[in-house]
Amino acid sequence: MGESSINFAKASSAALQDQQLRGNFRRAMDGLMSKRAVQFADTAEWNGVRALGASVRLRALSKLPELLEKLEANCTKNGIQVHWASTTDEANAIVLSIMQRVNAKLVVKGKSMVSEEMHLNAFLEKRGIECLESDLGEYIVQLDEAMPSHIIMPAIHMNTKQIAHLFKQKIKEAEYTEDVAQLTDLARRVLRKKFATADVGISGVNMAVAETGTLCLVENEGNGRMSTTVPPVHIAVMGLEKVVEKLEDVPPVISLLTRSATAQPITTYVNMISSPRKAGEKDGPDEIHLVILDNGRSGIYADEELRNTLRCIRCGACMNHCPVYTKVGGHAYQAPYPGPIGSILMPQVEGLEKRGELPHACTMCNACVEICPVKIPIVEIMGRLRSEAVHPGDAVRGAGSHASKAEAMVWKGWSMTYASPLAYQFATALLAKLGNAAPASLPLLKEWTNVRAKPRFANRTLHALAREKGIPDV
Amino acid sequence: MSESRNAILGKLRAGRDAHPLTPPESDFAVLRNKRWDGAERLERIKRMMEAVHTEFLETTEADWPTDVQAFLKAQGTRNLLFGPATEAGGRLSAEWAEGGPELIPYADRVETFKERLFDGIDAGITTTLGAIADTGSLIVWPTPEEPRLMSLVPHMHLALLRADALYDTFWQAMTENRWADGMPTNALLISGPSKTADIEQTLAYGVHGPKRLVVVVIR
Ligand code: SF4
Repeated sequence: MGESSINFAKASSAALQDQQLRGNFRRAMDGLMSKRAVQFADTAEWNGVRALGASVRLRALSKLPELLEKLEANCTKNGIQVHWASTTDEANAIVLSIMQRVNAKLVVKGKSMVSEEMHLNAFLEKRGIECLESDLGEYIVQLDEAMPSHIIMPAIHMNTKQIAHLFKQKIKEAEYTEDVAQLTDLARRVLRKKFATADVGISGVNMAVAETGTLCLVENEGNGRMSTTVPPVHIAVMGLEKVVEKLEDVPPVISLLTRSATAQPITTYVNMISSPRKAGEKDGPDEIHLVILDNGRSGIYADEELRNTLRCIRCGACMNHCPVYTKVGGHAYQAPYPGPIGSILMPQVEGLEKRGELPHACTMCNACVEICPVKIPIVEIMGRLRSEAVHPGDAVRGAGSHASKAEAMVWKGWSMTYASPLAYQFATALLAKLGNAAPASLPLLKEWTNVRAKPRFANRTLHALAREKGIPDV
Repeated sequence: MSESRNAILGKLRAGRDAHPLTPPESDFAVLRNKRWDGAERLERIKRMMEAVHTEFLETTEADWPTDVQAFLKAQGTRNLLFGPATEAGGRLSAEWAEGGPELIPYADRVETFKERLFDGIDAGITTTLGAIADTGSLIVWPTPEEPRLMSLVPHMHLALLRADALYDTFWQAMTENRWADGMPTNALLISGPSKTADIEQTLAYGVHGPKRLVVVVIR
């Protein structure tokens, strides 16, 4: 394991001790799962729209380079300026250069996972630009100087009391209250001033339509509309997989997204932006910039199997249904994308040296695969990445970095034993006699025994018992 | 920058050409088959939108300006932002009686009255292009005469909906009206007042956008 490797095991065992955190997650996830099930109660409809959604995403991936070119051409025609970034550093530099040109001091942000991936806030703040999250959940997390713990509900790890204390502590005009309506109203008042005075608005993109050069954003709060309408400059950042071919591809994907994410038939706002302010229009930004980010995605795309990761529409349902995520919460993953999708995406984006542990944060129960609205074979990819982590290769950065000589030897011994009846008989007889004498603290055994009882070996092997019953060995 | 563009596109092309992908057919039948008949559509729209705190005001072609004024007066609304150059705006200014809430025209670039917009406006009124039964959503296309912020910044948004401009699905509305031939600067679906559940999953209304959405149904 490399030095910079992120320790999921340690962080998750700390999270498991935190009863408050576990309670917060359990409650939230149970609610989300049952509400989502109601939205998709009509199985025929679910199957139909899911197949359609998957086909839309796959069709987009099948023509990805052409669609990105078309998106660029149509955006440009509409007056949206398109920028390409291979890395997050490059994307940050593009955003900064726009800011500097317009001399921006204050930025309001709508929710954007790609900007989390870029660590954009920290980057801009170091350069003296105030970057304010305006989605309520993101705002809370930013006040708390923490990371989002869920891609849809960033502050899901906190309860009202914790947020009440945070507001009292961090917002000048705050009175202590646990009334959610009052807390929300306080955020409204603080942020309205910021919307009105911000120099630049930054947003993500839920989908970009190649056919029309349209950026689609879904949201409930209106902060996304504020961020993309009030400031004179709007910068949208998107991962290059977010493109769809046609405008008519948007409705099925939005339907799957909002129902899977928050069990709503639709979000309060569906915001489709196709151009900056035109002559004669009285509001809207004068400039729109679209930053298309690769950050490892083109590498993922090159592999036939791993490519399916790029179908994701970031609904977060796989998190809500994951037995691991719902116990340890989002922070244990120490990644912008936690849960099942994070466990397959992060290792591919940041490399297996650093993220090789994440594909193991999975029981392979398949719950995520069953609910994924675009049918990503998450568990298969998980297995593939486990294998990539221990076999040198070039499909994923850091392949082979988790190879361990001891483990390789164990497997080799195992396969040799199983290939030879004599060796097998000898080994099982030996374990029947001596296995129970092995101390629970043996290095490889310890992983299992430190939280579980050590299994007992039967003192007669199955083969011996079978022989006694007159069943011959083959 | 264009170096990255070419590198990215080149890599994508090589990756795809090495392993081309044949997507399954996109079958839109699941959307095409969602149908409700006339009266049912509006009922469904009301039910779905009321579930997320939208209010409905029933009126007629002849009376809507008067009814809107009476409604706002009863709510204690101080003023109403409107688009003076639209047909609806013309009716409002012509039929607005003395002593009601003040009518404020959105007649200039937002820069000229941003402060007032954010601080001193209670309500805004816009037209819509119809509503969608499947999800309970209004279709709003802002225009130079009815700018984008009218339906966003004021604390209350009133939306005029003609009872015969109803669609089954979002997909039907965009395909039948050939949206793909020319999208406006901004197209919106609005399905309720602004809301959030970011504090412990507790629903709260009016976080950044309007606290109240009032659909004025014109029959
Ligand atoms: S992997 Fe599937 S379930 Fe998970 S966020 Fe992506 S689309 Fe949603």
